[in-house]
Amino acid sequence: MITFKNVSKSYGRQVVLDDLSFEIKQGQFVVLIGPSGCGKTTTLKMINRLIEPNSGEIYINGVNIMRQNPVELRRSIGYVIQQIGLFPNMTVEQNIAVVPKLLKYPKERWKPIVRELLELVNMPYEENAHKYPSELSGGQQQRIGVLRALAASPPIVLMDEPFGALDPITRDCLQEEVKKIQKKLKKTIVFVTHDMEEALKLADTIVFMNEGKIVQMASPEEMLRNPADNIVREFMGRHMQGGESPDLYVEDVMRTRILKVPKTLRTLECIDRMDRWEVNSVIVINDDETYAGTVSLEDIHKQGKPGREIGELITEETPTVSRFYKAQEVFDQLLTSPCKYLVVLNDDRTVAGLVTRTSMTKAVGKALWGAEIS
Amino acid sequence: MNFIVFVNEHYTEILTSILQHIYLVFFSVMIGILFSIPAGILLSRHKKAAEKILAVVSIVQTIPGLVMLGLALLIFGVGNTPALVVLSIYSVLPILRNTYTGLTEVQPGLIEAGRGIGMTLSQLLFRVQLPLAMPSIISGIRISTVYIVSWAALAGLIGAGGLGDLIWTGLSTYNTNYILAGAIPSAILAFLFSGIIGGVQRLATPRGLRGSTA
Amino acid sequence: MIDLIPFILEHLVIVLVATGISVVIGIVLGIVAYWLRFTAQPILWFSEAVQTIPALALLAILMILFGLGNTTIIAGLTLYALLPIVRNTHTGLISVPAAIKDAARGMGMSKLQRLFRVELPLAFPLVFSGIKISVVNSLSIAVMGVLIGAGGLGYPIYRGIQTQNLRQIMSGAIPVMIMAILFDFLMSAIERRLTKHAK
Repeated sequence: MITFKNVSKSYGRQVVLDDLSFEIKQGQFVVLIGPSGCGKTTTLKMINRLIEPNSGEIYINGVNIMRQNPVELRRSIGYVIQQIGLFPNMTVEQNIAVVPKLLKYPKERWKPIVRELLELVNMPYEENAHKYPSELSGGQQQRIGVLRALAASPPIVLMDEPFGALDPITRDCLQEEVKKIQKKLKKTIVFVTHDMEEALKLADTIVFMNEGKIVQMASPEEMLRNPADNIVREFMGRHMQGGESPDLYVEDVMRTRILKVPKTLRTLECIDRMDRWEVNSVIVINDDETYAGTVSLEDIHKQGKPGREIGELITEETPTVSRFYKAQEVFDQLLTSPCKYLVVLNDDRTVAGLVTRTSMTKAVGKALWGAEIS
Repeated sequence: MNFIVFVNEHYTEILTSILQHIYLVFFSVMIGILFSIPAGILLSRHKKAAEKILAVVSIVQTIPGLVMLGLALLIFGVGNTPALVVLSIYSVLPILRNTYTGLTEVQPGLIEAGRGIGMTLSQLLFRVQLPLAMPSIISGIRISTVYIVSWAALAGLIGAGGLGDLIWTGLSTYNTNYILAGAIPSAILAFLFSGIIGGVQRLATPRGLRGSTA
Repeated sequence: MIDLIPFILEHLVIVLVATGISVVIGIVLGIVAYWLRFTAQPILWFSEAVQTIPALALLAILMILFGLGNTTIIAGLTLYALLPIVRNTHTGLISVPAAIKDAARGMGMSKLQRLFRVELPLAFPLVFSGIKISVVNSLSIAVMGVLIGAGGLGYPIYRGIQTQNLRQIMSGAIPVMIMAILFDFLMSAIERRLTKHAK
């Protein structure tokens, strides 16, 4: 989809990009990462011609972008930047609709787009569309920044450290949302960051750059397993498994004694069982024993009616992991995720157990000190 | 008491002077605006040259008003034209400077965002930069106008008419009534214009920029 | 050239005396506006209003009060010079970091001690920049003094206009401009040193 062929760029004697060649496939989430000054942002900005190469060619769907009108090119590519860049003189709606309007969409066409996009990030149209950016929190502003990039449904979206200025919790939420949106709308996203955790979380492919060259281009798993050199290794930092510490997998840190209920269970009976188990949420399984979702006591109290089936209340927000994942990867997820537990699945999508903070602590303690903690 | 009687006797003369004064101010500020805003836009695209040009223009501004009027008098003779020329020149700097700073102080992130989503230079100018610079530009117009009301009074010296004429008559004949009949309306005009343009400035401030009180 | 020197000196004296008075009044007003917060608005409004009045109108009205001569132009320039000094003093004082004010209070300084040992010294670079603006403006406005019977470089300029003599106009104008540029340059240099020290 996006192809760089021998692209070089220098400012005076300073070489920023050195004979760069790579390809990004359609529908991929590609993260460019590396130390500052490695050329990642320059690479990104070349895709929409905010920066132009000294030599080499860039193709999008086989078309050389240097032969395209830059303004038209940019309108067909979404763009999100760290400073957010919402126009303070325009409302949320006007900001989102700015590219469709540039493309001369009629009002009947862009209005529904705005509404739809706002729904996508759970910001109801009525409440938010007529606010000004200054009336939104930083996280909401950047949500709108992302929506603005999506408004003209460009197949490609470029993101230049979009979450760098947000607090960790907000950043986490937005990462999830962007990943979800990307999968749902099947966008090709090129994303620049200097945060390896972010890269590991989001990327299908990570492009690690240093001094204007690509050091390694690989999937997150591959990069964790076989970092190409020391700089990559250093960047991975704590995400790499340490040499001395024992190999722990998810199955080593999960608890298996858990409450599973069939979808068809009635609400009252479910509450009763949860009481006896002294838990406030429960895993729901399909008829073939595969994982269906979770239901919390709170959900039942809020939305459940007596006599109805529990299957109606399922939420799928709880993260799931494979039992063969490294425990270390899951550890971070557990600490940063708003959920208190993760559901562990077998390869056939049946439920193997749960990782909770307690189960994780116990297992880590046991591995470190070799004794069961009571 | 005397003054009221005086005003009663001379009100056509006073009214004519006020209208002449407004005419002088209006036209010279208009010329200033028509020149300065496009020039400010141009300067904002050539920042290196801009600093030098603005420095030169502000030196012109230090030329005392009396001197400028004297020079205009020598070149154009007595009357309206020299006054309009001088006043227009004086109205340029504040508007020019405020247009320039208003445009260049638009956050670079917004410019990058605008370019990145495919705005042409003129779309960027009219949809983003000018609306955001508007408060600053209008504040420049306000400063200019207050100046020009003041300088226009001086222009009475070279026969441009206006309230300066009355003040001048008063000063040269030591007639307090004439002085007050010129000075008071000219002060009122200055406050009036300043207030009106201040109001326009608040209206022209994009709603998203008007703090939480708006 | 030689016969210009008395005019230049008189011009300078008028401007410096007026600015001097203005500095004293302006700083005091700035401090009052800072200490008694409810006075800030009226004080700033007053100094701004004075500057809005057309110069010739202000001078003419002052002439009714003070008569022809240097007193009137000095009074006018003093009023005109107030705004930048008052505003900058006030802004300078309120923008002294709260932590520094707290530290001074915590060390047991009285209100006056805080003002003279901490707040005013920290605000001074900004106050000085206000003074600079006032001086440069006054140099140019003082030319109008000739219209109300005061001395200074307005005199040769006005004579030049009356006799339609370009050379004579310029003989008054050029010293005024040179002084304005010179003061601006020198005081800007001092200002830069002051702000450097403040950091």
